[in-house]
Amino acid sequence: MDVARREVVPERAPAGGAFTTGPGGGAPAAGRPRRTRRGGGAALPLALLALPVAFFGVFFAYPVAAIVARGLRTDAGRWHFGRLADVLAATDTAQVLWFTVWQAAASTALTLALGLPAAYVFARLDFPGRQLLRAVVTVPFVLPTVVVGSAFLALLGRGGLLEEWAGLRLDTSVWAILLAHVFINYSVVVRTVGGLWAQLDPRQEEAARVLGASRLGAWRRVTLPALAPSVGAAALIVFLFTFTSFGVIQVLGGPRYATLEVEIYRQTAALLDLPTAAVLTLVQFAAVGTLLALHARTVSRRRAALSMVDAASVARRPRGRAQWTLLCGVLTVTALLVLVPLAVLTARSFDGPDGWGLANYRALGEVSGSATFTVPPLDAVGNSLAYAAIATLIALAAGGLAAAALTVRTSGGAAGALVRGFDSLLMLPLGTSAVTVGFGFLIALDEPPLDLRSSWMIVPVAQALVGVPFVIRTMLPVLRAVDVRLREAAAVLGASPLRAWREVDLPLVRRALLVAAGFAFAVSLGEFGATVFIARPDAPTLPVAVARFLGRAGEVNYGQAMAMSTLLMLVCAATLLVLERLRPHSQGEF
Amino acid sequence: MLRLDGVTAEYEAGRRALDGVDLDVADHETVCVLGPSGSGKSTLLRVVAGLHTPRTGRVVLSGHDQDGVPPHRREVGLMFQDHQLFPQRDVGGNVAFGLRMRGTGRREARTRVAGLLALVGLPGAERRPVAALSGGEQQRVALARALAPRPRLLMLDEPLGQLDRGLRERLVVELSALFRELRTTVLAVTHDQGEAFVLADRVVVMNEGRIAQTGTPLEVWQRPASEFVARFLGFDNVVAATVQGAVADTPWGKLPVEDGTPPGACRLLVRPAGVRLTAPEDGLRCRVEARTFRGGDAASVTLLLRPADGPRLEASCSLREAPANGAEVGAAFDGRDVIRLGAG
Repeated sequence: MDVARREVVPERAPAGGAFTTGPGGGAPAAGRPRRTRRGGGAALPLALLALPVAFFGVFFAYPVAAIVARGLRTDAGRWHFGRLADVLAATDTAQVLWFTVWQAAASTALTLALGLPAAYVFARLDFPGRQLLRAVVTVPFVLPTVVVGSAFLALLGRGGLLEEWAGLRLDTSVWAILLAHVFINYSVVVRTVGGLWAQLDPRQEEAARVLGASRLGAWRRVTLPALAPSVGAAALIVFLFTFTSFGVIQVLGGPRYATLEVEIYRQTAALLDLPTAAVLTLVQFAAVGTLLALHARTVSRRRAALSMVDAASVARRPRGRAQWTLLCGVLTVTALLVLVPLAVLTARSFDGPDGWGLANYRALGEVSGSATFTVPPLDAVGNSLAYAAIATLIALAAGGLAAAALTVRTSGGAAGALVRGFDSLLMLPLGTSAVTVGFGFLIALDEPPLDLRSSWMIVPVAQALVGVPFVIRTMLPVLRAVDVRLREAAAVLGASPLRAWREVDLPLVRRALLVAAGFAFAVSLGEFGATVFIARPDAPTLPVAVARFLGRAGEVNYGQAMAMSTLLMLVCAATLLVLERLRPHSQGEF
Repeated sequence: MLRLDGVTAEYEAGRRALDGVDLDVADHETVCVLGPSGSGKSTLLRVVAGLHTPRTGRVVLSGHDQDGVPPHRREVGLMFQDHQLFPQRDVGGNVAFGLRMRGTGRREARTRVAGLLALVGLPGAERRPVAALSGGEQQRVALARALAPRPRLLMLDEPLGQLDRGLRERLVVELSALFRELRTTVLAVTHDQGEAFVLADRVVVMNEGRIAQTGTPLEVWQRPASEFVARFLGFDNVVAATVQGAVADTPWGKLPVEDGTPPGACRLLVRPAGVRLTAPEDGLRCRVEARTFRGGDAASVTLLLRPADGPRLEASCSLREAPANGAEVGAAFDGRDVIRLGAG
């Protein structure tokens, strides 16, 4: 007992201070030990946050700060902020910013409109091929955006499928961009929202129906509020992704449409105008920061405990006309939006120089005479898998710790505010130009003890940066929904806090953890903007290899790019399918 | 076994849940904490379990001050109000949880789980998912889970709160027998006096975070310490009175009191059993306003009487003798059921 007491006292003394500053010189009440309330219990979340904070500090804040500083300083080492005003005053900047914002908003709205019914269908209705299809819709999310752009060009552009069938071309309109964005982000909504939806107790809705609510009313009043945090999380992720959209706009935007990210890339890589790029990076940063602040303010702090059930038990065969209509509608949309572009992509990969066949694939296994690759392009598959696996582990560690820290109840105070503030800060990497991060790695992490340029670790670390926000956003709603009294029940039965987390929280969030791991793996696999800067020439990843092919003229290279993209697609689908299979079913199969 | 020493606790800053609570629970004793909702009963259990840190005061278990001892090292059992069974584990997994935390061997744990499930009337239920259990079954599983690690103190928070009446009455008798058989030390919380009186060796009545009265169920029932306790136990015949010798002056006239009742102005309780019905001219003249029949083997009727003067009066009589609504009756009083209440 004494040992335990000694452990506790130092933790309390600085927080409460009542030992020394109480009235009457702090003398304890006669014969009874005086106690103070624990100071909000902020020590635990802060300790848990140490690793994520260090990770982001070294691998995100520092490189980004370094490159921005590089841009805003003259060669003599003096700051010149005049640049800032010059760039901001330019009408081009305003136009780019406006386009960036509204296309992101439109893409997000469209994605939610199409994705929410699909989230319901995948969560609640049981139909043959459900798991396979759910894995397939995630594939677009990991395709390098350049490939997505090419696929949509092949679909909607000159000589594309749409022109052949309907005589319509959309590649010059903004619709091509919006549809490509929906294509990419469809699965974000399906998985983030559907993951929670599958575990909501349907009896809650039934209770509302019995109380006189219509089907829609029950959904709106009971299910929607319960889903709101995950819908918000999905919307935020989609918005950030489309806000910083790069590859798609590069290919489909033409000269008319440019987002901030595209402009930053153009200034950095094409015009070598680092100062302008630095200012635009800051603008993007400020916009994303504002957005995250708004999100943090509007996000409901209610942490109502949700009634959760085993996901396997709520999916049912569709019944009634409404459910069948919904199912068919969702399947049609999914087919047109996701399967057709993927099919076009795959078809192109078989379209070799000598007609249909495997020529493009065979060529991937060989070291070609050209200077494009020094190793067989197929090696990229192994590289990508290894990098993505390590990146996933890093992202799960950093993101899982952060999510756990953000779940611990804090009763206000500066530490509590710090923890909550970090909640929003962790989303920043999603809204930051990957180009900036990649370039920042090169110029910042080049000195001991952090000379990582020649280390292979640099690639998974950069990829993990994008994965962490996904892990947190997916884990947090579920972790917060775990009833705190379950943990208390475990504690009273003898489980230490760590053990209680392992025994109670982990099984309940295992599904969310797997979803998070899948996302982290997928985005790592598809990460391009940063990887292209830092991957070693003899160890390209799949997207980098695709981009190298696409960057070279000629049918052969195009075909090989498509073949490579198809491989990437298959690798991703296989991984996601394995994750689907790993789902826990401890409660028997029914 | 358990001693609370001036324990004060708050729900949140400034909202007091417990106010200077002193309480002793002896080995093998079953103590029921009784009180209306919001009186701090559940917080009391949470403080003992270590789930809630008291603001002042001490919690002593088996002679050891529990200050700073986390819940998982206190070796107490707590059965939660809504059971809080782990949804992803089956019945066996739930019951075995505490044993696993203590590192009990697999085989021994299996035997103990089987034994406990048999004890609570669910033999062979190990593999059943908890979601498929009825309320009564969940309650039994929760009890088995709390008992499994052999806690030195078992605490129950409204153990039968959500069950239907018939089940509750059956289970409360089973529980009572079980605790006597296992010789477990029990601290239970309930708002139902019937439950408390069946289960408890001793009853603690709480009001607004303070202990209003402690004693055996019979003592508390016979001599409520205050108007609060009397009214909480369902006695409504409480009036202002002035005691002088063997007589109390009340709005119902002069009533006999027990010998040795201290004189002076006070609140007075007249138990319904102490109101005898007579012919209208032989006692306090009243009209019967309502009759309520409680059922069960007692088969007694509670009558609500409206005297010509003074507040309404409750009287109990046997079903056979019960007068009709609106009948004129007389009320006579038995001094043994007229009790002076303390202040507070």
